[in-house]
Amino acid sequence: MANGTVAVSDKTAEVDFYHVKTKYKGILSWLLTTDHKRIGIMYLCSMSLFFLTAMSLGVVMKLEMLSPGSTFISAQTYNSIFTLHGVIMIFLFIIPGVPAVFGNFIMPIQIGAKDVQFPKLNLLSWYLYIIGGAIAIYSIMRPGGVMDTGWTFYVPYSIRTTTNVSLSVFAAFVLGFSSILTGLNFVTTIHRLRCPGMTWFRMPLFVWGIYATAWIQILATPVIGITLVLVILERAFGIGVFDPTLGGDPLLYQHLFWIYSHPAVYIMILPAMGVVSEIIPTFSKKTIFGYVPIAISSLGIALVGYLVWGHHMFSSGISDTSRVIFSLLTFIVALPSGIKIFNWVATLYKGSIEVTAPMLYTLLFIFIFSIGGLTGLVLGALNTDLHLTDTYFVVAHFHYVMFGGMGLIFFASIHYWFPKFFGKMYNEKMAKVAAYWIAIGFNTLYFPMFIMGYMGMPRRYYDYLPEFTTYHIISTVGSWILVSGILVMTANLLSGLRNGKKASDNPWGGTTLEWSVPSPPPLENFDEIPTVTTGPYDHSHIHGQEETTK
Amino acid sequence: MSSNNNSEHNDQHGEGHIAEVHHPSYGVNVLVWIGLLSLTSITVAVAGINLGSLALTVALLIALVKSMFVVNFFMHVKFDNKIIKLFIGVCMIIFIVVLILTFFDLTFRY
Amino acid sequence: MSQTNENTQPDYHVVHIHRDDFGSKMGLWLFLFTEILLFGGLFILYAAYRFIYPDGFAAAASELDVLLGAVNTVILLTSSLTVVLGIVALQKNNKKLSLFFLWVTVICGLLFLVNKYFEWGAKFHHGIYPKGPALQEMSEGETMYFGLYYVMTGLHALHIVVGLIFIGVVMWQIKKDVLTSTNFQRMENAGLYWHLVDIIWIFLFPLLYLIH
Repeated sequence: MANGTVAVSDKTAEVDFYHVKTKYKGILSWLLTTDHKRIGIMYLCSMSLFFLTAMSLGVVMKLEMLSPGSTFISAQTYNSIFTLHGVIMIFLFIIPGVPAVFGNFIMPIQIGAKDVQFPKLNLLSWYLYIIGGAIAIYSIMRPGGVMDTGWTFYVPYSIRTTTNVSLSVFAAFVLGFSSILTGLNFVTTIHRLRCPGMTWFRMPLFVWGIYATAWIQILATPVIGITLVLVILERAFGIGVFDPTLGGDPLLYQHLFWIYSHPAVYIMILPAMGVVSEIIPTFSKKTIFGYVPIAISSLGIALVGYLVWGHHMFSSGISDTSRVIFSLLTFIVALPSGIKIFNWVATLYKGSIEVTAPMLYTLLFIFIFSIGGLTGLVLGALNTDLHLTDTYFVVAHFHYVMFGGMGLIFFASIHYWFPKFFGKMYNEKMAKVAAYWIAIGFNTLYFPMFIMGYMGMPRRYYDYLPEFTTYHIISTVGSWILVSGILVMTANLLSGLRNGKKASDNPWGGTTLEWSVPSPPPLENFDEIPTVTTGPYDHSHIHGQEETTK
Repeated sequence: MSSNNNSEHNDQHGEGHIAEVHHPSYGVNVLVWIGLLSLTSITVAVAGINLGSLALTVALLIALVKSMFVVNFFMHVKFDNKIIKLFIGVCMIIFIVVLILTFFDLTFRY
Repeated sequence: MSQTNENTQPDYHVVHIHRDDFGSKMGLWLFLFTEILLFGGLFILYAAYRFIYPDGFAAAASELDVLLGAVNTVILLTSSLTVVLGIVALQKNNKKLSLFFLWVTVICGLLFLVNKYFEWGAKFHHGIYPKGPALQEMSEGETMYFGLYYVMTGLHALHIVVGLIFIGVVMWQIKKDVLTSTNFQRMENAGLYWHLVDIIWIFLFPLLYLIH
C-alpha cells in the first residue's frame, strides 16, 4: 500500500475473473461484485430471459393473427399482450441491450482501463434494472388487469383505464434511472480512464458509439422520467396537466414522451452501429474507411436525434408549421446514417473478407437495416406518413430497424465477443446456419407487413378483414421460422459454452485492446496499464500474432 | 482509504486526480451573496412595475444572471476545467432547442 | 491518464482503490444535468400552459404570497453561501468552523421546508388543491397553474430533503475525519447538488410568484 505502483504478481494475473478469489464466494461473488465483466454477464443473463419472454408474447400475437376474428384470445388480452411485448422489448431489452452487456464488458477493456469509473454505481444500475423488471412483472399479476395502453402510455387513455398503469409506468421510471446511471458512469469512464496514448481519435468506434449513447441516456431519459411521474400523479391526484377535461393538453404528453423516446431510438442503434464498425475491419483485415466521419457521425446522430421527435405526431393534430419543420429535420438523420453505411461498405471494398458468423450477422444487418432506414424516409415524409401512419407499414418499419438493427447486432456481438466472454468457441457452422435461418424467418415475418400496411391494415387490432388473410398467414409462418432460428442459435451458443473448445486470446485477429488480454480476462483486465501508440484498426499490429504494445 | 498518486499521472487535459485548492476565500463568496440578494430585491421591485410583455423577459434575465453567479462562483465553474463549461453549454443548448421546437407546435396551434 | 495501482495482498484479490477527485466531480455534474432536464420537462409544460392561459396564470399567481417566496429565496441563497464557506473553512483546516457553516445550511434548509409547509397548508385550507372545492370553481388556466405549482414546488422540496441528507452525511464524515482539508471532494459534490437546488428555486421564484 505504501509504494505507488506494485505490479500484480504473475500468479494472480493468470487466473481469469471467473476463478479469481474474491471477498465473497458462490452466488454472492456475483450479486455483490463490482467487476464490470461480471456485471456485464449478469445483464446478459437477465436480458436474455426478458428477451425470450417478450419474444414468446410476440409469437402468441402472431398466432392470434393466423385467421380473422378471435382465433384464441380476446381483444382485451391482445391489447395487454402487445403492450407487454412492447414494454419488455423496448425498456428491458432494446434500450439497455448493447450498452449494458457489451458496453460494460468490453468498453473498459477497449480503452485500457481496469474497470469503470464508478464500479459500485454500476452494480446499483443492474439492481435498478432488475427491480424495474420485477415491478413490471408484479404489475402483471396484480388484480385490475395488465395494462392495455401500448408501450407509449398515451394520455388521456392511460389516465382513465382501470388497468395497472401506475405500477408499470413506475417500472419504466426505475428502468430509466438505471439507464441514466449507466450513461453517467460511461461518460466519466471514457473521459477519465483512457490509458496513456489512447487519445479521443484512437478510441475504437464502439467506444464512440457508447459515448454518444451515454450522453443521450443522460440528457433525454430524465424528460420521460418526469413525464411518467406526472402520469402517476395524474392518476393518483388528478393534477390536471394532461387531462383535457381540466384544461390540460394531451399533445404535450406526446411531445414530452417523444422528446425522450425518439432519442431513445438512437440509444438503441448507436452502440449497435459501433459494434458494426468493430466487426467489419476485423473481418476485412484492413483499417476502417473514414474513421473520423464515423466517430463524428455518432455524435451527429445523437444531436440530430433531439430534433425530430415530432415525426411521431404527424397525425395527432400538431400545427402544420411544426409538421413541415419536423419532416424536414427528419430527413437530416439520413445523412449521418448514410455516412456510416457508406464507410462500412467502403471498408469492405478490396478487403480480405472472411465471412465468419459475426460477420455474417453484420452483413445481414446492413441489408435489413437499409430496408428499415429507407422505409423510414417514406414515413418521415409528411404526405406518405398520413397514409401509412398507424398501419402495419409502421410496425414493419420499426421491426426492421429495431430488431433488424439492434437485435441482429446483439446476436453478432454475442458471436464476436463470445470467446472473450467465456474463453470458449461455439460451432461456427451451426452459427452460420442459424444466421441464414433467422434472416429468412425475419423477412418472411415482417416483409408482408409492409404490403399489408400499404393496403391499409391498421396496427394493434386483434381482428382483420378477410382480404389480409394470406399475408397474415405468411407472416405467422415467418414468426415460426424466426423463433426456431433464434432457438437454434441459442442452443448452439449454450452448447459452445458447455463443450466448446478453448478459445485463444485473439481468435479473430482483432486489433483492439480487448484482444490483447487473455480470454476470459483476469480480474482487472491488464497486469499493467497498456500504452497505445497507433489507431484502433492497425492490422500491422495484431495482438498475439507478433510483438504487441503490451 | 489512503492513496498515493504521482503527479506525473495527471493526464494531458490537466485534470488532476486529486483536487487542488484554488477557490476564492470567504470574502469573495460573501460579496457574491450580497450581489445575489440585491438582484433578488431588484426582481421583486421590478415585478411591481407594469412592464407588460417585457416583464417575463426581465425576470428571466435577472434569474439567469443570478444563476450565472451561483454557477461560476459557488459552484467554482469559473475556476474549474473548461470541459465542465462545455458540458453545461451542451445541456443548455439541447434544452433550449427542445423548448423552441415544442413552441413551433404551440405558437401555430393556439 | 493512468491509474494508481495499489495492492494489499490479503488472502483474496483486492480490487485497487483509485481516487479521482475530478472524475467524481464530473460524475456529479452529469447527474446535475439529469436533474436540470427532469425539471426541464416541467419548465416546458409551464411555458406551454403559460402561453396558452396567460390570464389564468396571472390570476392564480396573485393567490401566492410574494413576501413568503422572497423570504424563501433569501434563505436558500444564504444556505448556498454557507455551504461554500464551509468548504473554504475545511480547506483551511478549520473543522469546527466548517461544521458550523454546514449547520447554518441545514437550519436554512429546514426553515425553507417549514415555510413551504405553511404555504401549502394555507392553500389546502382554502380548498386550492387538485380536485379541491375552490380549485374546481376556478378557470382552466388556474387549474393548470396550481397543478404545476404543486408538482414543481413539491419536487423541489423533495430535492431539498435529499440535499439535506447528503449534507448530513458529509457533516458526519467531517466529524469523523473521513473528509479533511486534502480530501474534500464529497463535500464539494454535496455543495454542487445544493447549489443546483438553489438555482432551480432562482427560476421557480419569478416564474411562480412574480406574474402580473
